[in-house]
Amino acid sequence: MDESRPIFVQIAEQIENDIISGLMADETQVPSTNEFAAFYRINPATALKGVNLLVDQGILYKKRGIGMFVTDGARAQLVAKRTDQFSAEFVRPLIAEAAKLGITSAQLTEMIRKEEK
Amino acid sequence: MTNVIEVSDLTKNFGSLAAVNSATFTVSENKIYGLLGRNGAGKTTLMQLLTGQDFASSGTIRVFGESPVENAHVLERISFIKESQRYPDDFRAKHVFRTAPWFFANWDADFASQLIEEFRLPLDRRIKKMSRGQVSAIGVVVGLASRAPLTFFDEPYLGLDAVARQLFYDRLLEDYAQRPRTVILSTHLIDEVANLLEHVLVIDQGRIIIDEDAESLRGSATAVVGTASAVDAFVGTREVLHRDAIGGLASVTIARLDRAEREAAATAGLELSAVSLQQLIIRRTNTSEKEFQSA
Repeated sequence: MDESRPIFVQIAEQIENDIISGLMADETQVPSTNEFAAFYRINPATALKGVNLLVDQGILYKKRGIGMFVTDGARAQLVAKRTDQFSAEFVRPLIAEAAKLGITSAQLTEMIRKEEK
Repeated sequence: MTNVIEVSDLTKNFGSLAAVNSATFTVSENKIYGLLGRNGAGKTTLMQLLTGQDFASSGTIRVFGESPVENAHVLERISFIKESQRYPDDFRAKHVFRTAPWFFANWDADFASQLIEEFRLPLDRRIKKMSRGQVSAIGVVVGLASRAPLTFFDEPYLGLDAVARQLFYDRLLEDYAQRPRTVILSTHLIDEVANLLEHVLVIDQGRIIIDEDAESLRGSATAVVGTASAVDAFVGTREVLHRDAIGGLASVTIARLDRAEREAAATAGLELSAVSLQQLIIRRTNTSEKEFQSA
């Protein structure tokens, strides 16, 4: 766990990552908050807060008496959200820095291609 | 939310020393509380008052809505695991586990047996002959298996090694998750238990100086590190919790920064680092770090 951010946010992100990677597919059951608490060695109230964050966003939903499930289409929704974040956190600063150095977008594309090899 | 404990303006004087000094706080049902503070801060005295083992000089205590003093109706719902529990001289561990069910209505013998095995407790050995860690383990087993609606652990881990402490934390979390109850954990090892706690009470010189949700306390401060001039320029008029300097470098702890402020700090060439619960408490109580590290 990273000390600088609230633990419940990190729990929510961890579940999001597992959904994006396909580890938790749409419509499958996710571990209970008590299982999350035991696994991460955190207070169950903190785990519940993390799970509820995803319930509020419609990523998870509750089946009464059974448990928590991944909403149909949750993965697509998360990928869209993370793509927006990716633009804001990486692409825009990249373009700004490139402009500062006088790198054209053609040169930038070329640099990315080179790194991919 | 139901309050299990309500304390108002509580003071306990020993001669001219106020071991607990006008403390006012509540403890709500089914949460794990951390009661944290330096040695001699008043933690044990406070717990003794809450469990009716000592008399208050002034103020009021309500536990399950009643005074705990000489009150069987309240005390039968409390399990208090003391740092230095005394046992009769000829007692062996098995005697403790045989008598415990007399006092605790929810005592779970199977759970106790499981814990005894996990902590590798020698049942037939005289307690007088046991190591400090084994005596502590007896307390831990009693505290967990008693499943009292209100359980106090006062520095329960003295002499316990890292493996045994982790076992204690794991079993506490598991059992608490299945059977929610109110737990008050008093400890020096703040970093070890930080993630287990839902609420934090910090006592310093008899006064409650922090009474906050653990999650909001966590990350409520940031350390700014860089050249002294850049740090001071950035900190400006903000409240400084702590300041360290070495050569031309400075590290200053201030309240949490928002995103724009973090970016401003990065632009100014400053490094930001997280402040753990333990460091935060050390800084707020002006304590040397050493006091919280020794088990």
